Amino acid sequence: MSPVLSAVLKFFAALGIMLVNGVVMIYMLRKVLGHLHIRLGPMHVGWKGTMQTLMDVLKLLTKEDVTPRAVDRWLFRIAPAVVFVPSLMAYAALPFSDTWRIVDLDTGLLYTFAVLSFVPIGILMAGWASANKWSLLGGMRAAAQQIAYEVPLLLSVLPVVLVAGTMNLGGIVEAQQGYWLGFIPGWFALNPLMWPTLLVFMIAGLVEINQTPFDMSEGESEIVAGFATEYSAMKFGLLFLSEFSNQFIMSALGVTLFFGGWTLPWIPAEINHAFGPVIFIAKAYIGIAVMMWIRGTFPRVRIDQLMELGWKRLIPVSLVLIMLTGLFVKVVG
Amino acid sequence: MTDPRMDVTGVGLLGEGLHSPGEPPAGIRRAPEGVDGLTTEHLIINMGPQHPSTHGVLRMLVEVDGEEVIAAEASVGYLHRGIEKLAEHRRYDAVGTLMDRGDYVSGIHGELAFALAAEKLMEVEVPRKAHWLRSLTSELNRLGSHLVWYGTFGLDTGAMGQFLYAMREREALLDILEAITGQRMMFNYVRPGGVLADLPVGVDTKIKAFTDTFDTYLEEYDQLLGGNEIFQHRVKGIGVIGREKALAFGLTGANLRAAGVDFDVRKQIPYAAYPELDFEVPLGSTGDAWDRYTVRMGEMRESARMIRQLMEGMPEGDHTAKVPKVIRPSEGEVYASVESSRGETGVHLVSDGTDKPYRMHYHGPSLYALQALEDVLPGHLLADVVMMIGSTDVMLGEIDR
Repeated sequence: MSPVLSAVLKFFAALGIMLVNGVVMIYMLRKVLGHLHIRLGPMHVGWKGTMQTLMDVLKLLTKEDVTPRAVDRWLFRIAPAVVFVPSLMAYAALPFSDTWRIVDLDTGLLYTFAVLSFVPIGILMAGWASANKWSLLGGMRAAAQQIAYEVPLLLSVLPVVLVAGTMNLGGIVEAQQGYWLGFIPGWFALNPLMWPTLLVFMIAGLVEINQTPFDMSEGESEIVAGFATEYSAMKFGLLFLSEFSNQFIMSALGVTLFFGGWTLPWIPAEINHAFGPVIFIAKAYIGIAVMMWIRGTFPRVRIDQLMELGWKRLIPVSLVLIMLTGLFVKVVG
Repeated sequence: MTDPRMDVTGVGLLGEGLHSPGEPPAGIRRAPEGVDGLTTEHLIINMGPQHPSTHGVLRMLVEVDGEEVIAAEASVGYLHRGIEKLAEHRRYDAVGTLMDRGDYVSGIHGELAFALAAEKLMEVEVPRKAHWLRSLTSELNRLGSHLVWYGTFGLDTGAMGQFLYAMREREALLDILEAITGQRMMFNYVRPGGVLADLPVGVDTKIKAFTDTFDTYLEEYDQLLGGNEIFQHRVKGIGVIGREKALAFGLTGANLRAAGVDFDVRKQIPYAAYPELDFEVPLGSTGDAWDRYTVRMGEMRESARMIRQLMEGMPEGDHTAKVPKVIRPSEGEVYASVESSRGETGVHLVSDGTDKPYRMHYHGPSLYALQALEDVLPGHLLADVVMMIGSTDVMLGEIDR
């Protein structure tokens, strides 16, 4: 297969995963939230409402695309793309299994975080270009919170890199093979010394992808819809889709870094090899379900409290964790 | 013509002449001359009347520096229906329908305030059974109203579940109220002289089923929202309306009691069956949003307790006094008030001896709470604005009338 054809195929594979994920996750969100809220969620379109999100996508595609007169047209149009494209790019380095990868990057971890850090730029563009005060506030909040939390997020994965000795996402999974005491899987999440790191990663990760309780940039009770206020039709659809896609990526990263990626303990290697992508996606969806659970029950944090948590607590804590991990690796390893 | 309210001066909003912003509280950054050679401007945000968290059609003009509120002004009147004027053209027995539409989440209290005022003018003796039925429906309605407050307060903080949980309980309450009064919202049940009808057959089992489970559910709700640390950080120390300020602005109800002032119309100026009931009045201490939350949650517990007492001791007898078909009270001027879900709801009634009131004034507690809010908002963040509107439980139907 020629490299060009292979690249094109991989691109469409990533796009397909992203779109299918989006549709499945929106349906899942509605059902999970519905049952958490003692109601049923979508029930009428298709069996148990399964066709509802497909119909919603059709609706978004056929809706009139309203562009308010006062907006900065150029920025307003490209902002959804600037939000959407990085979250598509982030699929490239995810190790779905030992062979199922779009690109096998030695700097996979760095690459994923680098492309994800484009997202706040797009959100800020959307907020500024909309010529709406709510959008501006939402964009500013997004910029402040996501830039502030990129630091602890990156610092929190460094201990994992130190222990695994590689930035290749596949390599990090390989480093979690084997058993402690003969039966406990070697996942980093099962190592008590890694728990503080995992906690920092979870908090910073939720902030980074704008999820409750840190969804300030679109906090509907305060600033209407934040940066997405003036968007309609598929431009809104793109913003929405990339948000769900980021949620999947963050969950998949968590699975890769802490929960053994595509592997399951105590099963033969051949079976694991055959069902790798299924196991990986199933694990990622468990993480997503936890995020939805949080979303269904938690109130929202205030922006100043969030900033305080990030700069004053999480960054010092993660710096200390890196130092301790470094010492530990030096002494033990 | 341009809207004069949109004009901005260097110090703040040029309002409608009713409210001029005072000195900014300490800690507010104000740099009209600019920072590092760059001029900065404050942003005026028009919050409402279609904002998701302004509880109806409240319009707040908020001047912000970044996210910090410099000045706030409430612009009311988007729900004005002229209830007071309409009452001058209604017979005494027909004003209840208007009062329902004032504070539309707790209609019974408005009806009761008017009925008490009319009875004072007519000098009729209301039977004991009517008193008990009035208290029963009042407390059921108070629970329903507080549940709406709990749910929307949850929504304001970003927690969606609370609203739907509260609606489950409210549904049971509305079912009971519908069985008693025939309506879910605009009851028109309390009439001058008594109430519309006796309890229907079978409603006592419904009420028992509700009160049996309500306490455990309320505990759960309290833990779910009030026990959440994020929520506590959001409300503690926010929107402090202390004792002096609360009294100066004329607050009543839970907003006043949150500041530690022990004033409850049910205790101080007893009406209906309240003198015979055993209940506590929950009090706060500092008057912040957290105190208002705990006071309202406490009130819900007391209401459930009262409903149980009312069902156990419900007397026998007539549910209404003998009242003429066309009520023509003697000339006079009276004031009567009740403790509604939001505070002291009063009716000032002037009669000229005809079958229609000469003048009716509707004293709604929410308007006073809103004025106090304007005063305490500066210095908070934009996210706190919705929390404070939510915590004071203002009702626009009552403010605009």
